[in-house]
Amino acid sequence: MYNFDVERPSTVAEAVAAMGRDEAQPMSGGQTLIPTLKARLAAPSVLVSLGGIEEMKGVSMADGLLSVGGGTTHAAVAREAAAHYPALAGLAARIGDPAVRNRGTIGGSVANNDPSACYPAAVLGSGATVVTNQREIAADDYFLGMFETALDEGEIVTGVNFPVPQAAHYEKMIQPASRFPLVAVFVAKFSDGLRVAVTGASNNGVFRWTEAETALAADFSADALNGVKADASEMISDLHGTGAYRAHLVNVMTKRAVAAIG
Amino acid sequence: MTQVKMTVNGKAASGEVEGRTLLAQFLREDQGLTGTHIGCDTSQCGACVVHVNGEAVKACTMLAIEADGANVDTIEGQADADGSLNVIQQAFQDHHGLQCGFCTPGMVMSAAALLKENPKPSEAEVRHYLDGNICRCTGYHNIVKAIMAASGQDVSAIAAE
Ligand SMILES: Cc1cc2nc3c(=O)[nH]c(=O)nc-3n(C[C@H](O)[C@H](O)[C@H](O)COP(=O)(O)OP(=O)(O)OC[C@H]3O[C@@H](n4cnc5c(N)ncnc54)[C@H](O)[C@@H]3O)c2cc1C
Ligand code: FES
Ligand code: FES
Repeated sequence: MYNFDVERPSTVAEAVAAMGRDEAQPMSGGQTLIPTLKARLAAPSVLVSLGGIEEMKGVSMADGLLSVGGGTTHAAVAREAAAHYPALAGLAARIGDPAVRNRGTIGGSVANNDPSACYPAAVLGSGATVVTNQREIAADDYFLGMFETALDEGEIVTGVNFPVPQAAHYEKMIQPASRFPLVAVFVAKFSDGLRVAVTGASNNGVFRWTEAETALAADFSADALNGVKADASEMISDLHGTGAYRAHLVNVMTKRAVAAIG
Repeated sequence: MTQVKMTVNGKAASGEVEGRTLLAQFLREDQGLTGTHIGCDTSQCGACVVHVNGEAVKACTMLAIEADGANVDTIEGQADADGSLNVIQQAFQDHHGLQCGFCTPGMVMSAAALLKENPKPSEAEVRHYLDGNICRCTGYHNIVKAIMAASGQDVSAIAAE
């Protein structure tokens, strides 16, 4: 790891100011960034540690919208969102392992947009809004591809606002070496429609599986997905599974999520 | 270099660190507390688990600067005041929960965090909680057994393989 200065702002405004320094990069839990720095895949001159910003932490519920601060750890979401949005809390409770959940944050996960990360599936599957220090971005406009988002240089994710569905379920096929999903699917059912979001599968990162959404809109049952196939040519192929295997898993995970919702 | 101050195992600790100095490095190299082991240095193995403000974290994946002002507990602070093994450590000895011992500091610190949160975990809960702690020797059965025993539960029915 190359050396860097560390800034520890205690407000979003101070963080934005610190991000104005040359080659500055924000850090939340560091659970992705510190390994990246060790591998010298990133070499900022200044790390702006967001961990001390209290206004970016915590979960609150108002008018059917669950607001999660960008600096809220996975462990805190698992605890504090459980009463409001159990599927989201359950997702957070199964990210990585306890030590990762005590440091890693929703803001870091959503900013990073790893093609196998859990949160992007919940954010897209809930039709949530990503809140930054500059604007609000709808999930459908936010995730642009593998490790790519609509964030501008230096923009900080300060929170995510989730509309709470009538029912939802996150089904994760774990890749046991990394503990990330091999393929995972988030299904959310609202009074005015439903969403199916898939992570871990596509070369383009998290995506909405619209064919499944159409089939489930007509008949919300696992059987409605018989014969509905995800496009294997779009899928990640690596040592953990071929594209065809992942395409198959997309269907199976979606069916399980639908069956769990009932 | 930046001056950091923290409380380590109840005692004031301070030192000069670089931005990139990891908490694990500060504990081991600056404070001489080499019980916090580095198994992988890639956030996978959990040998470096310590508690920061009461929460289990991987000391290889946290900057020392971020622990400035925090309460840090390591394996060196786990024994009882008279120096005898605490309940969890004694259970690891009684139930053969270690072989080479390399993973043990992280296992004991994770177990302590689990039992604080969930004083009577089921076997499945113990196994799930240890997702981030890798042991190359024991095959885990006796570690799980030790943690169940430390929680005061009867472990005679848990197979020792
Ligand atoms: C062993 C292990 C297992 C894991 N398993 C899973 C899993 O099962 N599922 C899963 O989804 N993830 C998993 N992760 C990743 C983990 O959830 C990370 O915590 C998460 O991806 C990144 O969050 P962070 O707060 O640690 O971000 P950091 O590592 O601090 O940052 C990640 C990136 O986002 C940027 N960034 C951070 N915060 C912000 C912000 N607020 N605004 C803008 N940019 C920001 C940083 O500059 C960096 O580029 C695992 C990690 C490990 C080490
Ligand atoms: S040394 Fe920290 S997780 Fe392996
Ligand atoms: S006892 Fe040797 S690694 Fe666990």
